[in-house]
Amino acid sequence: MRQHPSYWVFMVHRVSGIALAAFLPLHFWTLSNAINGSLAWTEQPLVKFGEWLIVVALAAHLGGGLRVLALEFLAWREWQKSLAAAAAALAVGVGLALALAL
Amino acid sequence: MSFRTQAVLWVAQRASAAVLAVCVVVHLVTIIYAVQGGLTASEILARTRGNTAWLAFYSVFVLAVSIHAPIGLRSVCIEWLRWRGASRDLVLLVFSAILAWAGMRAVLALFA
Repeated sequence: MRQHPSYWVFMVHRVSGIALAAFLPLHFWTLSNAINGSLAWTEQPLVKFGEWLIVVALAAHLGGGLRVLALEFLAWREWQKSLAAAAAALAVGVGLALALAL
Repeated sequence: MSFRTQAVLWVAQRASAAVLAVCVVVHLVTIIYAVQGGLTASEILARTRGNTAWLAFYSVFVLAVSIHAPIGLRSVCIEWLRWRGASRDLVLLVFSAILAWAGMRAVLALFA
Protein backbone atom coordinates (compact mmCIF):
# COMPACT_ATOMS: atom_id res chain seq x y z
CA MET A 1 0.00 0.00 0.00
CA ARG A 2 2.85 2.39 0.88
CA GLN A 3 4.21 2.02 -2.64
CA HIS A 4 1.15 3.71 -4.13
CA PRO A 5 1.34 7.51 -4.71
CA SER A 6 -2.13 7.84 -3.16
CA TYR A 7 -0.73 6.71 0.20
CA TRP A 8 1.87 9.49 0.15
CA VAL A 9 -0.68 12.10 -0.91
CA PHE A 10 -2.92 10.96 1.96
CA MET A 11 0.01 11.21 4.39
CA VAL A 12 1.07 14.67 3.17
CA HIS A 13 -2.57 15.81 3.36
CA ARG A 14 -2.86 14.62 6.95
CA VAL A 15 0.47 15.92 8.23
CA SER A 16 0.02 19.30 6.49
CA GLY A 17 -3.47 19.52 8.04
CA ILE A 18 -2.09 18.94 11.53
CA ALA A 19 0.66 21.51 10.92
CA LEU A 20 -1.85 24.10 9.69
CA ALA A 21 -4.15 23.50 12.67
CA ALA A 22 -1.19 24.03 15.01
CA PHE A 23 -0.04 27.13 13.12
CA LEU A 24 -3.42 28.92 12.97
CA PRO A 25 -3.72 30.06 16.63
CA LEU A 26 -0.15 31.42 16.40
CA HIS A 27 -0.96 33.13 13.09
CA PHE A 28 -4.09 34.80 14.49
CA TRP A 29 -2.33 35.86 17.70
CA THR A 30 0.57 37.38 15.74
CA LEU A 31 -1.78 39.25 13.41
CA SER A 32 -3.76 40.70 16.32
CA ASN A 33 -0.75 41.83 18.33
CA ALA A 34 2.34 42.28 16.19
CA ILE A 35 0.46 44.58 13.84
CA ASN A 36 0.83 47.31 16.49
CA GLY A 37 4.55 46.69 16.80
CA SER A 38 7.37 45.65 14.57
CA LEU A 39 7.46 42.77 12.13
CA ALA A 40 11.26 42.97 11.94
CA TRP A 41 11.59 39.59 13.67
CA THR A 42 9.96 37.97 10.63
CA GLU A 43 13.04 38.92 8.59
CA GLN A 44 15.12 36.19 10.26
CA PRO A 45 16.04 33.44 7.78
CA LEU A 46 14.62 30.70 10.00
CA VAL A 47 11.27 32.52 10.30
CA LYS A 48 11.23 33.07 6.54
CA PHE A 49 11.90 29.36 5.98
CA GLY A 50 9.09 28.51 8.42
CA GLU A 51 6.71 30.82 6.55
CA TRP A 52 7.70 29.21 3.26
CA LEU A 53 7.16 25.75 4.72
CA ILE A 54 3.67 26.58 6.06
CA VAL A 55 2.61 28.15 2.74
CA VAL A 56 3.76 25.01 0.91
CA ALA A 57 1.84 22.95 3.50
CA LEU A 58 -1.25 25.07 2.73
CA ALA A 59 -0.86 24.48 -1.02
CA ALA A 60 -0.25 20.76 -0.46
CA HIS A 61 -3.33 20.52 1.76
CA LEU A 62 -5.39 22.33 -0.87
CA GLY A 63 -4.16 19.94 -3.58
CA GLY A 64 -4.80 16.89 -1.41
CA GLY A 65 -8.24 18.20 -0.43
CA LEU A 66 -9.29 18.86 -4.02
CA ARG A 67 -8.20 15.30 -4.79
CA VAL A 68 -10.42 13.95 -1.97
CA LEU A 69 -13.40 15.98 -3.22
CA ALA A 70 -12.81 14.74 -6.78
CA LEU A 71 -12.57 11.11 -5.64
CA GLU A 72 -15.72 11.34 -3.54
CA PHE A 73 -17.96 13.42 -5.77
CA LEU A 74 -16.82 12.56 -9.30
CA ALA A 75 -17.18 9.15 -10.87
CA TRP A 76 -13.52 8.65 -11.81
CA ARG A 77 -11.55 5.73 -10.54
CA GLU A 78 -8.66 5.23 -12.94
CA TRP A 79 -7.48 8.83 -12.45
CA GLN A 80 -6.07 8.40 -8.97
CA LYS A 81 -2.40 8.70 -9.90
CA SER A 82 -3.09 11.74 -12.09
CA LEU A 83 -4.92 13.43 -9.21
CA ALA A 84 -2.03 12.65 -6.86
CA ALA A 85 0.40 14.14 -9.38
CA ALA A 86 -1.77 17.26 -9.80
CA ALA A 87 -1.86 17.75 -6.02
CA ALA A 88 1.94 17.47 -5.83
CA ALA A 89 2.41 19.81 -8.81
CA LEU A 90 0.24 22.48 -7.15
CA ALA A 91 2.35 22.38 -3.96
CA VAL A 92 5.63 22.54 -5.91
CA GLY A 93 4.32 25.38 -8.10
CA VAL A 94 3.24 27.51 -5.13
CA GLY A 95 6.50 26.72 -3.33
CA LEU A 96 8.57 27.93 -6.27
CA ALA A 97 6.43 31.05 -6.81
CA LEU A 98 6.73 32.03 -3.15
CA ALA A 99 10.47 31.30 -3.08
CA LEU A 100 10.87 33.69 -6.01
CA ALA A 101 8.66 36.35 -4.37
CA LEU A 102 10.26 36.21 -0.89
CA MET B 1 -22.11 9.49 18.51
CA SER B 2 -25.18 8.92 16.37
CA PHE B 3 -25.02 8.08 12.69
CA ARG B 4 -26.90 11.30 11.99
CA THR B 5 -24.31 13.45 13.79
CA GLN B 6 -21.49 11.71 11.90
CA ALA B 7 -23.29 12.42 8.63
CA VAL B 8 -23.66 16.09 9.59
CA LEU B 9 -19.93 16.29 10.40
CA TRP B 10 -19.06 14.65 7.05
CA VAL B 11 -21.20 17.15 5.11
CA ALA B 12 -19.85 20.07 7.17
CA GLN B 13 -16.27 18.96 6.42
CA ARG B 14 -16.89 18.75 2.65
CA ALA B 15 -18.95 21.96 2.48
CA SER B 16 -16.32 23.91 4.46
CA ALA B 17 -13.61 22.35 2.23
CA ALA B 18 -15.35 23.67 -0.88
CA VAL B 19 -15.52 27.18 0.63
CA LEU B 20 -11.90 26.93 1.80
CA ALA B 21 -10.69 25.79 -1.64
CA VAL B 22 -11.75 29.16 -3.04
CA CYS B 23 -10.47 31.09 0.01
CA VAL B 24 -7.06 29.37 -0.03
CA VAL B 25 -6.48 30.07 -3.74
CA VAL B 26 -7.23 33.78 -3.15
CA HIS B 27 -5.09 33.75 0.03
CA LEU B 28 -2.11 32.11 -1.73
CA VAL B 29 -2.22 34.62 -4.58
CA THR B 30 -2.45 37.47 -2.03
CA ILE B 31 0.51 36.11 -0.04
CA ILE B 32 2.75 35.80 -3.09
CA TYR B 33 1.74 39.29 -4.22
CA ALA B 34 2.08 40.90 -0.76
CA VAL B 35 5.46 39.50 0.31
CA GLN B 36 7.29 41.02 -2.64
CA GLY B 37 9.62 43.68 -1.29
CA GLY B 38 9.11 42.51 2.31
CA LEU B 39 6.31 43.07 4.81
CA THR B 40 5.88 45.91 7.29
CA ALA B 41 2.97 46.48 9.68
CA SER B 42 2.22 49.91 8.20
CA GLU B 43 2.25 48.56 4.64
CA ILE B 44 -0.14 45.74 5.58
CA LEU B 45 -2.51 48.11 7.41
CA ALA B 46 -2.52 50.60 4.54
CA ARG B 47 -3.80 47.80 2.32
CA THR B 48 -6.30 46.30 4.76
CA ARG B 49 -7.81 48.94 7.08
CA GLY B 50 -11.39 49.94 6.26
CA ASN B 51 -11.66 47.45 3.42
CA THR B 52 -15.10 45.85 3.89
CA ALA B 53 -14.81 43.44 0.95
CA TRP B 54 -11.68 41.85 2.44
CA LEU B 55 -13.29 42.00 5.91
CA ALA B 56 -16.19 39.91 4.59
CA PHE B 57 -13.87 37.55 2.70
CA TYR B 58 -11.59 36.83 5.67
CA SER B 59 -14.58 36.51 8.06
CA VAL B 60 -15.93 33.72 5.86
CA PHE B 61 -12.42 32.22 5.67
CA VAL B 62 -12.04 32.20 9.49
CA LEU B 63 -15.49 30.73 10.13
CA ALA B 64 -15.00 28.00 7.50
CA VAL B 65 -11.63 27.04 8.99
CA SER B 66 -13.15 26.97 12.51
CA ILE B 67 -15.48 24.25 11.23
CA HIS B 68 -12.96 22.44 9.03
CA ALA B 69 -9.87 22.13 11.26
CA PRO B 70 -11.54 20.54 14.33
CA ILE B 71 -13.42 17.97 12.20
CA GLY B 72 -10.14 17.07 10.46
CA LEU B 73 -8.35 16.76 13.80
CA ARG B 74 -11.21 14.56 14.99
CA SER B 75 -10.27 11.94 12.38
CA VAL B 76 -6.62 12.18 13.48
CA CYS B 77 -7.67 11.73 17.15
CA ILE B 78 -9.72 8.65 16.29
CA GLU B 79 -7.33 6.96 13.83
CA TRP B 80 -3.90 7.85 15.23
CA LEU B 81 -4.51 8.56 18.92
CA ARG B 82 -7.45 6.15 19.41
CA TRP B 83 -9.03 8.91 21.49
CA ARG B 84 -12.74 8.25 21.84
CA GLY B 85 -15.50 9.61 24.04
CA ALA B 86 -16.93 12.94 25.04
CA SER B 87 -13.62 14.47 26.22
CA ARG B 88 -12.25 14.40 22.65
CA ASP B 89 -15.23 16.21 21.18
CA LEU B 90 -15.27 18.72 24.04
CA VAL B 91 -11.60 19.59 23.44
CA LEU B 92 -12.24 19.93 19.69
CA LEU B 93 -15.24 22.15 20.37
CA VAL B 94 -13.07 24.41 22.54
CA PHE B 95 -10.42 24.44 19.78
CA SER B 96 -13.09 25.46 17.26
CA ALA B 97 -14.21 28.31 19.54
CA ILE B 98 -10.60 29.48 20.00
CA LEU B 99 -10.03 29.52 16.23
CA ALA B 100 -13.25 31.47 15.61
CA TRP B 101 -12.55 33.97 18.41
CA ALA B 102 -8.83 34.51 17.71
CA GLY B 103 -9.43 34.53 13.96
CA MET B 104 -12.18 37.13 14.09
CA ARG B 105 -10.10 39.20 16.51
CA ALA B 106 -7.28 39.22 13.94
CA VAL B 107 -9.67 40.01 11.07
CA LEU B 108 -11.13 42.96 12.98
CA ALA B 109 -7.66 44.21 13.97
CA LEU B 110 -6.62 44.25 10.33
CA PHE B 111 -9.70 45.19 8.34
CA ALA B 112 -12.13 47.09 10.59
